[in-house]
Amino acid sequence: MITFLGMPYAPRGVGHLRGEQPFPVAARAALADTQLRRNLGKATRTIRAKRAAVVAELPDWEELRAAGQAIKQHTLARLDHYLEQLEQQVTARGGTVHWARDANEANRIVTRLVRGTGAAEVVKVKSIVTDEIGLNEALADAGIAAHETDLAELIVQLGHDRPSHILVPAIHRNRAEIREIFLREMPGVDPGLSDTPAALTEAARLYLRRRFLSARVGISGANFAIAETGTLCVVESEGNGRMCLTLPDTLITVMGIEKVIPSWRDLEVFLQLLPRSSTGERMNPYTSMWTGVTPGDGPQRVHLVLLDNGRTAALADPAGRQALHCIRCSACLNVCPVYERAGGHAYGSVYPGPIGAVLSPQLTGVEDNASLPYASSLCGACYDACPVRIDIPSLLVHLRARHVEEAARARRVPTAEAVAMAAASWVMASPARYAAALRTGRAGRALHRGGRIRRLPPPLSAWTAARDVPAPPAQTFREWWRHEHGDGDGTAG
Amino acid sequence: MRIALFVTCLADGLFPQVGQATVRLLERLGHEVTFPQAQTCCGQMHTNTGYLREALPLVRRYVDVFEDCELVVVPSGSCTGSVRHQHAMVARRFGDEALARRAEAVAARTFELSELLVDVLGVEDVGAYYPHRVTYHPTCHSLRLLRAGDRPLRLLRNVAGIDLVELPDAEVCCGFGGTFAIKNGAVSTAMLADKMRSVLATGAEVCTAGDSSCLMHIGGGLSRLNAGTATIHLAEILASTQDSR
Repeated sequence: MITFLGMPYAPRGVGHLRGEQPFPVAARAALADTQLRRNLGKATRTIRAKRAAVVAELPDWEELRAAGQAIKQHTLARLDHYLEQLEQQVTARGGTVHWARDANEANRIVTRLVRGTGAAEVVKVKSIVTDEIGLNEALADAGIAAHETDLAELIVQLGHDRPSHILVPAIHRNRAEIREIFLREMPGVDPGLSDTPAALTEAARLYLRRRFLSARVGISGANFAIAETGTLCVVESEGNGRMCLTLPDTLITVMGIEKVIPSWRDLEVFLQLLPRSSTGERMNPYTSMWTGVTPGDGPQRVHLVLLDNGRTAALADPAGRQALHCIRCSACLNVCPVYERAGGHAYGSVYPGPIGAVLSPQLTGVEDNASLPYASSLCGACYDACPVRIDIPSLLVHLRARHVEEAARARRVPTAEAVAMAAASWVMASPARYAAALRTGRAGRALHRGGRIRRLPPPLSAWTAARDVPAPPAQTFREWWRHEHGDGDGTAG
Repeated sequence: MRIALFVTCLADGLFPQVGQATVRLLERLGHEVTFPQAQTCCGQMHTNTGYLREALPLVRRYVDVFEDCELVVVPSGSCTGSVRHQHAMVARRFGDEALARRAEAVAARTFELSELLVDVLGVEDVGAYYPHRVTYHPTCHSLRLLRAGDRPLRLLRNVAGIDLVELPDAEVCCGFGGTFAIKNGAVSTAMLADKMRSVLATGAEVCTAGDSSCLMHIGGGLSRLNAGTATIHLAEILASTQDSR
């Protein structure tokens, strides 16, 4: 049973947790994009192989996964305690902690802080949570330009586009497209720019360097926050994050409340799990950690905005709360056959793939993302890959059940599907009705040609659009058995 | 041994040859097969589509029908998975702890065919003969829910006359996923296209698996293309002998 604690969901009208179209519609459009299919297939295949190789190196990988899961379970069960400890420690070391119940509140806090510095520009470390709340748009409304500095995020931002992967936001772009975007959107870029990776990277480097050196405010997310010392941690590959975290005078970090971990010893577990699961590396190139303010070194004004935005609502569901264990590694995306074909945009949320299908509906309320729990064949590859053992397939089924229950309560007339499911249950609850239904099904033999049926009425037409159905047999199994053995179950004597 | 057959609703209504092959195979190995006629469906379609309340009477029926059986065999990885991993969960969701405990007890005696053969009956060579080029698709629920591992392959490798070829990207889902194939027909078909590409690349005459549902999906696609490759359940290959041909 779900205990309703009255916790609000992430509000509508702000941020990027809800798609404009249901998943099957958006996916159908994406499937037709041959470039996207090829990019996704190539990228996910490569990263799957890298991940498998580095995971296989560790004899205690399963123990590490179990430890990661246990730490997250423990922390979420005492989240109030660890968040207050974190606040206390950050404050004691010269930082300022802000509490934001939702996206609107977080955006107001950050906007006010930036305005207070008088800056009209900020540089940003790659951060999904600031995308979740639509911070860049909120800052733009206040006349503040937010510059993404992660290379892929920069490509997405300059292309007026949306990220399509947690770790590789521009996975849907190829280098010819990136070149076009740079030529069109990057002030002062060399008009003779080629599409080689080195040339594109150098163009981005020159562009970003100017931003780093002039920025007075940096904005980041956080991978982890260590409650015992108030230390924040960002892991990344490029070093651009390190620039944003160290050069500006003011650093504002927005972090979901589920990111806190109790101690440095716990961080040890996650720093082994995360890089191997995400980039397929033994260790990520840059791990930045800061604890409040260090006089004369790095940002002198350090803020931490702790964001709820539907997380407490997810926490209130005993079965659903394990989605909050997620450390955003994206291993589940890379092994998901649905993600690999549909791509990230089809999910309509900053959290795509299997984890997005169980996280987004919990943050927004299932009603607002009702198609996502069904965006999976329940193949289970995500569960095997998850470094903190989130049982995503079971969670998908749980959210489907929540959707069905909530829809039944909200509607006076049941859906056609609900009627069909109830009828099927009624039939199959009785062997006599069931046997009669099987006999009726044999009428389907009239539809077949050469042993196969090529067209069925809706909703089964979705099947026969691409797949034949075998003709029902002349005799069901139970009819054959009865013919051979009579009424009994076949027990001797 | 006396083994009760849970034939599954899909095999009962559409693929009776799978149930017949399971009976023939187990009897050939010297076992007694029973078929409790009050059985219907495991309720997996209801559960996986979110209709847990509608699945509950089917869970109760499965438990009532098979509770007194010493061993239950199922020619399906995913129906076995539903019995083992979902029945007690469904009962608990509606506060029926007694049913949940009974469901767990029956589930502990319920085995998918290759599990039953290898783990319970201790046999890997069932004396089958099947002179065809065959590729094996390990269905998701056999692979990741039951952890059936290479049991089906060990059984197939011992089949006389078989030309067993490895399926590329074997562990990737075929795109069936129950009502997923209807609700997300386009993505399901895209996954199927890649699976068919792998199957056809092997040059096999036959693609086999332990689940009629996935085979219906792969076979339905291959049939639409007139691809010249058929789908046949593992039980049918294992039941084949020189005499039966």
